[in-house]
Amino acid sequence: MKVKYFAWVRERVGKAEETIEPPASVRTVEELIAWLSGQSEAYAHAFEKPKVIRAAIDRAHVKQDAAIAGAREIAFFPPMTGG
Amino acid sequence: MTCPVTIRIQEDDFDIAREISVLTSSRTDIGAVVSFSGICRADEDSAKVAALTLEHYPGMAEEEIRRHADEAMARWPLDGITVIHRVGRLMPGQNIVLVVTASQHRQAAFAAAEFLMDYLKTSAPFWKKEESATGTGWVEAHARDDEAAARWTKS
Repeated sequence: MKVKYFAWVRERVGKAEETIEPPASVRTVEELIAWLSGQSEAYAHAFEKPKVIRAAIDRAHVKQDAAIAGAREIAFFPPMTGG
Repeated sequence: MTCPVTIRIQEDDFDIAREISVLTSSRTDIGAVVSFSGICRADEDSAKVAALTLEHYPGMAEEEIRRHADEAMARWPLDGITVIHRVGRLMPGQNIVLVVTASQHRQAAFAAAEFLMDYLKTSAPFWKKEESATGTGWVEAHARDDEAAARWTKS
């Protein structure tokens, strides 16, 4: 699946997007955050406060208990500050 | 009645008068137009802002605004909605965002414009990075914006 990062999450991860293949045991957004956090210091830093992170699956906001099965694109970003 | 919806995300500035005219010209059923413009402010929590850089999630930003425009049309009798959000680097005094709503009567136009702005601030995927004399940093979300958006979900 494709993963996108925005704002300070992007800066901390060090890339805007990538394709990942998490193990089948990673079923929810929350579990994906935990799995990514274990990949490197950069991810651990980006996701150090997991509750702050917002997520979208296929361009729609989701809660962290949302299932990631079938997702084409998952995005992680901080709370929004537009307008 | 048709309700044309225009949603644009762009680096360029917008012309408020022209956007209003696009909604109202060639029709006579519109009795009220409300426009809100958000402008880059130099003073933020006592620090002087030199510039803002706006980042967005292309695709989702347009879709998220569209979802709220659809909801606004379901809630109020609207005759036109225009939302323009700028991205890129903006200086104090420059336009950031424009919401224009048109309706037969003012109440719907006022309410829908406020509704759209409240949701733009809390659920449209845009982020502001601030430059000041003390460095650069991402703007933090305000609880007051979440509270403003939440009042629309109360019955």
